[in-house]
Order: sequence, then C-alpha cells, then structure tokens
Amino acid sequence: MNRARIHEILGFTLLWLCMAFCLFFLGTIIYFIIVRGAPVISWEFLTEVPRRSMTQGGVAPAIVGTFYLTLGAIFFAFPLGLASAIYLCEYSPKNASVNIIRLSINNLAGVPSVVFGLFGLALFVKAFGFGVSILSGSLTLGIMALPGIISASQEALTAVPQSYREASLALGASHWQTIRKVVLPSALPGIMTGVILSVGRAAGETAPILFTAATFYTRDYPTSPLSEVMALPYHIYALMTEGTRPEQQTPIAYGCALILLALVLAISAVAIIVRQRQRSSYGT
Amino acid sequence: MEPEVKIKAEKVDFYYGKAHALKGIDLDIYANQVTALIGPSGCGKSTFIRLLNRMNDLIPGARMEGRITMDGQDIFAPRMDVVSLRRSVGMVFQKPNPFPKSVFENIAYGLKINGVSDRSFIEQRVIESLKKAAIYDEIKDRLHDNALMLSGGQQQRLCIARCIAVDPKVILFDEPCASLDPISTRKIEELILELKQDYTIAIVTHNMQQAARVSDYTAFLYLGSLIEFGPTQKLFTVPREKMTEDYLSGRFG
Repeated sequence: MNRARIHEILGFTLLWLCMAFCLFFLGTIIYFIIVRGAPVISWEFLTEVPRRSMTQGGVAPAIVGTFYLTLGAIFFAFPLGLASAIYLCEYSPKNASVNIIRLSINNLAGVPSVVFGLFGLALFVKAFGFGVSILSGSLTLGIMALPGIISASQEALTAVPQSYREASLALGASHWQTIRKVVLPSALPGIMTGVILSVGRAAGETAPILFTAATFYTRDYPTSPLSEVMALPYHIYALMTEGTRPEQQTPIAYGCALILLALVLAISAVAIIVRQRQRSSYGT
Repeated sequence: MEPEVKIKAEKVDFYYGKAHALKGIDLDIYANQVTALIGPSGCGKSTFIRLLNRMNDLIPGARMEGRITMDGQDIFAPRMDVVSLRRSVGMVFQKPNPFPKSVFENIAYGLKINGVSDRSFIEQRVIESLKKAAIYDEIKDRLHDNALMLSGGQQQRLCIARCIAVDPKVILFDEPCASLDPISTRKIEELILELKQDYTIAIVTHNMQQAARVSDYTAFLYLGSLIEFGPTQKLFTVPREKMTEDYLSGRFG
C-alpha cells in the first residue's frame, strides 16, 4: 500500500473514532437518564402534586410551570426577535453602527445564563415590580432566547433568493408588501426552526428562572402570570441540593430529568419536521 | 414614419461606487417597437434597462446622473412614485423567478398587492394573461400546482404572464432566454413579437442572432458607452461604426 492510501485510512479511522466518541457520550447520557428515571415515571408522577416534602407524589406543578414559562418566552421573544431580524435584514442601512448591533446580538448569545437571571431579578422582579413570577421568568427566558431567534431569523431571511424580492418589487409591490407576502412566507419554516430550537434550549435552563420565577415547592397550580411556579430544571436542582431525604429525592430528580429531556427532544423533533417539510416543498 | 418615443435617456451616467458603468448614454426607446441592447459582458446593457424601472435603486452606493423620461415625465424626479413606475414598466429577469406559490397565485399576486380583491375579475385576468403569454393551453390543468414544478421555459412564460397581469405599458426583458433551451427560446421570441402590438419592449441579449430576429431597433454598447444605435436591419447589414462591425462579425466579445 502506498503512503497516501495509508494516510487516507488513518485519517478516516481517526475521524470515525471522534464521531463515535461523541455519539458514545450522547448515548450514555440518554441511557443513564432513562435507566435511572424510568422506574419512577407513572401516571401519578406526571399528574399529581408533590407530597411529604417532595419525597412522594408527582411533579405535575413543575411540568405545568415549565410549560407556562416556555409558552410565555415564545410569546415575548418571537415577535420581538422576528421584528428585529426583519429590520436588520431588510431595512437597516448597511453601515458600521448596524454591524455593531449585529455583533452585540451575537455577543448576547454568549452571556452566561446566570447573568440573565440576575438581570431579570433586577429589572423584572424588582424595578418593574413583577415579583418572582411566571411573567418575570418568561421575560428573562425570552430575552435569553432572543439572540438565537434573531440570528436564525436573519439567516432564514437572507436565504430567501434576491430574485423573489426583485420579482415582487418589479410588479409594483412596496417594500413592506414584498416582505410580508413573499419574503416572510418563504423564510417562515427556517424562522420557526430557529425559534423552536432557541426556546427549547431556554426551556431547559435553570439559572435564568432561579431568581425570577421558580419556587422550591408549591402544591398549587399557578393562577395568574404573577404566580410563582415550580419548574422542571429548578426542581431537579432543588431535589439534589436541598431537603433531608436525599435517598428518596434522587430518583425523583432523575424522573424529572427524563421528562425534561423528553420535552426538549420533542421540541427539537418538531423543529426537524418543520425543516424537512420546508425542504420538500421548496426543494426544486 | 418615425415612431413615437416612449422612453428617452439623455446623458445618462451611472456609477457603482467608483466604477463608471454607463457613460453619457443618449437613447430613445420607441413605442410598440422592440429595442434590443447588445454588447459583451459588462458593457452596461443590463445596468441600463434596470434604470428604466429603477431596479438599481436597490443597490447600495450606486449613483445616477442625467435624465430619463417616460412619456415626457422624469422617472427620477423626487415626486415620481417608484411603485407606480414599476407597475407601468414591468420586467422579466434572466433567470425565471416565479414565487414558490401556485401558478394562479403567481399571476394574481400583482393584482392583489394593487388592492384588487374581486375574485372573478382576478380569475379572468389570470387566464387572460396566461393566454397572452402563450402558456395557457399547456398548463390550464395545473393552475393550482406549485409554479416551481413547471419547466424552465414554462416558468419564464409564467413570469411574462405575471408581468402582463398588472397591465404595464413597457416590458423590459433582461436576457430572458439565457437559461433556456433553443425550443423554449423560440417560443419566447415568438411571444415577444406578438407582445409588441400592445407593449413597448426593451430586451437585453447576449445573443446577436436573437437581437436580429426579434428587434426593430438595436443599441450596441461597449464598456459603458453607446457605440451605435439604429434600426436593426441597418445596424446588422451596414453598421456605421467599425467597432459594431467587428463585434457583429465575432472579432471580439
């Protein structure tokens, strides 16, 4: 065998090993969570409130809480992020200050989530007086999801062929009509994918809701946007760090982890399906 | 008899940033005639026709000097409404660019954005436009299929129909056959000859034979300057300029 061929095989094997290594960790995490979490999953676990200082009963309030927080985050972040992306892509002049704005948005994505949590505490909980509530938590999670939504939307908008815009403008459509009727419908699947992925990531975050929304333990379901809630990620954290019966709390924490994992994977699956449908309908 | 002038360009200069793309162009486009713009790549022919419906407005850093009038009205005047200008000056692009919508919706789009909501009027206009673009018989059973499923040549005729539907006075063709096969090209050329009864037409083409086949007037541009302009027959048989003759005989370009 010549040298080039040997190098080829070595390189290929190395790449394959790296890939297998990553896959191994992913597989182990999922396997571990399922093995530890599955035994506690039951209908009761999913639908009942916690009892006896969280050592028995279910985690339904945490599931409901995470659901509301996620929904709230979408509600705030989607319109805001999409509008910003449209402005940046379609309207903003191409100059230095806009480049700085873009750079800042990208940097926002790198801010640690606990910093978002502190920011939410200072602004929404204290300054705006929303208290520790779904509202404060949703706003904080929404802001955390914003950079992802904006950059995914920008990407989707930029991917719309310039020829569609030209065709529309040449027919006497205004800039706004062109965006609304031609650009947005074409970009929407891409935008939706970005929104779903960003919000899916936010749904699993603990730090941003730590000071803004989550409560350690409540037997009540939230009644208004200003209620405190339990949330899955925080519940896991609480079970593992507080309380007096770790041997009973730990399995429940794994149960919560499994639910959270399933939730986030389900959200990602929706994003993948949306993307596939986009490919098949605009594929030609 | 000299036909009526529809569009008049006077001393038009155009710059992309520092690049001087058009140099003092004086050119008349006559009503209900086909005017072809020919010349080698980068000669400014596309740049020129994209001024006529102000598509170049979209290019950052571009600058235009001189005057272009349509029916005596300065189309670059501050009071000119660019949206209504583009309604009366339609454009067909180099690559067929139907929207990823149904055939029907593609044609109806121009009407809908102009506020037409009468369903039966829209339907009638869609069919009328498709017939005028000589594509109705081929695709009348596929009006609700995605336009991207059509062949390239059909897509281009669909784009012509879409353009006709908003009832323009002028249609600009920017190398409409560049991405089409010879049979589709022939159909488009026949269509152009048909359309000149109702519309004023300007066509940019790479293909000299095409210019000879479809146009009444031809303008030869080279490096941003208008070298020669005249009746097609004359320009192709007895060109005034040595450069035109060299280009037509394939000595460069």
